[in-house]
Amino acid sequence: MEKENFTISVYTENNIGLLNRISAIFLKRHINLDSMTASQSEIKDVFRFTIAVKVTEEQVKKIVGQIEKQIEVIKAFYHKEEDIIYQETALFKIDSKLLFEERQIQNVIKNSNANIVTVTPEFFVLEKTGRRREVDTLYRKLEPFGLMQFTRSGRIAVTKEKMHISAMLEKFATETV
Amino acid sequence: METQTQTIKKETKVAKGKMTGAEAVIHCLLAEGVDLIYGYPGGAIMPVYDELYKFRDQLHHVLTRHEQGATHAAQGYARASGKVGVAIATSGPGATNFVTGIADAQIDSTPMVCITGQVGSHLLGSDAFQETDIIGISTPITKWNHQVTKAEDIPTVLAKAFYIARSGRPGPVLIDITKDAQFGELDFVYEKCKGIRSYIPTPETDPKSLKQAAKLINDAKKPMIVFGQGVILGEAEAELKEFIEKSGIPSAWTILGLSALPTAHPLNVGMVGMHGNYGPNKLTNECDLLLAIGMRFDDRVTGNLETYAKQAKIIHFEIDPAEVNKNVKADVAVMGDVKNTLAQILPMIKPDSYDSWLQEYRDFDKIEFDKVIKEELYPEKEGLSMGEVLRGINEETKGDAVIVSDVGQHQMIACRYAKFTKSKSNVTSGGLGTMGFALPAAIGAKMGAPEREVVAIIGDGGYQMTIQELGTIFQTRVPVKIVVLNNDFLGMVRQWQQLFFDKRYASTEMVNPDFVKIAEGYHIKSTRVTKRENLQEAIKEMISSKEPYFLEVCVEKENNVFPMIPTGASVSDIRLA
Repeated sequence: MEKENFTISVYTENNIGLLNRISAIFLKRHINLDSMTASQSEIKDVFRFTIAVKVTEEQVKKIVGQIEKQIEVIKAFYHKEEDIIYQETALFKIDSKLLFEERQIQNVIKNSNANIVTVTPEFFVLEKTGRRREVDTLYRKLEPFGLMQFTRSGRIAVTKEKMHISAMLEKFATETV
Repeated sequence: METQTQTIKKETKVAKGKMTGAEAVIHCLLAEGVDLIYGYPGGAIMPVYDELYKFRDQLHHVLTRHEQGATHAAQGYARASGKVGVAIATSGPGATNFVTGIADAQIDSTPMVCITGQVGSHLLGSDAFQETDIIGISTPITKWNHQVTKAEDIPTVLAKAFYIARSGRPGPVLIDITKDAQFGELDFVYEKCKGIRSYIPTPETDPKSLKQAAKLINDAKKPMIVFGQGVILGEAEAELKEFIEKSGIPSAWTILGLSALPTAHPLNVGMVGMHGNYGPNKLTNECDLLLAIGMRFDDRVTGNLETYAKQAKIIHFEIDPAEVNKNVKADVAVMGDVKNTLAQILPMIKPDSYDSWLQEYRDFDKIEFDKVIKEELYPEKEGLSMGEVLRGINEETKGDAVIVSDVGQHQMIACRYAKFTKSKSNVTSGGLGTMGFALPAAIGAKMGAPEREVVAIIGDGGYQMTIQELGTIFQTRVPVKIVVLNNDFLGMVRQWQQLFFDKRYASTEMVNPDFVKIAEGYHIKSTRVTKRENLQEAIKEMISSKEPYFLEVCVEKENNVFPMIPTGASVSDIRLA
């Protein structure tokens, strides 16, 4: 079976130790994460992890099973690229001098749909949100000018299909009352 | 002789009102029906010990000689009684000494609640004396763990702990309580946990899966059952027996499934796995339908997965969704508690029998008897065999004893040859293979099932890993029977060295102390047997003893355990020599 890019969504309770539990599942199988982000979800008091990983579908099924087995995990899913809308954000810190001295850099910024977040006499910060490919392209174009700092966030994604987490939680609430 | 465990008064009323966190811990345990815990005191857990002192007439504490012993004793207690085992220790080394027992309980699905003390919450993260991140350490080996830093959280967290440990696929839970949470005050109200919204202990059974499974069963020509500990944990022994008898399907057990069906049942075809029986291993690759019931296709059961039961349809009766298709792909997965799923499928299957198919197992049994079993149970060599010791024990106990085994050759011999008439009679470290398990686990097993005879079968290697628990036996006078099968070798490793490493016996020869003298030092009755003519008498004396008893049997040094499936080989390549 071929390795593919998968995105795993994990709905969880907000628990300190859970990050450890989830990352340990990858660690013990020697699987490198492309990225992992955690944030609040659309449901009050429910967190959402978004994990990007390149594995076979058989592996991702087993991983999702192991993740879902953790007590504080409400539900875990895996998605193929075509099932989701996904983005990443990158920040580029660049010497302000370049903005005036290098004409070309202005064109790069204009053509890349990047935003200037802040400008100081010493540096300016460029923000680019998009697919990995777009961020990489911008990186390649800016890198020759010299980057003071660069960082990129993990993937965040929403699914095209509905998620039925709220319904699951409501069902639990009514059954236990 | 009465053991201390039997003198505890039962308390049923659940306390209420203002109290300290430490006292709340005791009331939580009492509310969960706990009357016996294993542990070892120390700085960060002293407030709880102080309360244990006050409540000593309601909650009995067994002082083990090492925290590892406390966990294994709690495991033995849980496995023999079906209840949750409880172990308690201090922070730092007390907590880290729990690690092996917790890992063992996790892989063998044993319900256990471990409570550890922790440094005060203001000291967390400061590398304080006896501070260790036991939550971080125990995360991959617990079903759940949690650190409590406020007294008022103790009742809800402990209620969750017991619920999680015993529900669904059981497992160990660790609760770490900071010292200030033990000293702090709370208004105690206890409510048992009835559910957690993010946790589904038992998945729903799809009626379609039952129909599909029933069809496969009714159409099969050469079906075979392999059942595991899920049957015992789900208390589904009666349902399994009925299912087996109605379907007429030859049934094998995994090492942890031992004793879920009587050994002598006519459809019991023995043990699968690396040192299992010849027939069920060979015929795994001949059957047309394999029913896996409450088992998880461990690599020691399957051998090479590429050649495992490829010709057969697979039905997997399983409670843990993560186990389905993990190692072996199931054609039909019947999710749920086997007690329910077996009862549901029973009316859907037709009564049947498979005489000629069953005969194939019996034909292999005959070969195995002639080539392996005969010499193991009735040796002609001068040296004593481990098998004849087990045969002697079977004769005296009539198969009614709980057999607690350690890890190694003696364990495989015990599991191959011990006879069982009742469930929950086999306590062994199956998944983790923890040497040192048996002596403390036997203490727990005897306290968990005081009316039963408990015999620990231990090798000379594993015995010395937790030998200090003789002190616990001496102090509690718990009447366990200890049999050390001494071959002055780490026998299983030596066997592998002989077979796969050209007899280079690297660090497997043991220079052993006088085990009888050591037992005498703890005032435990003891005997050593070196000759066949004294064996049966010694076993008889041990079994009839009302007190703890130690029996050392000096066995042949370089015997091997067969049959054997070498690592990575196919189950059908099982070797008889």
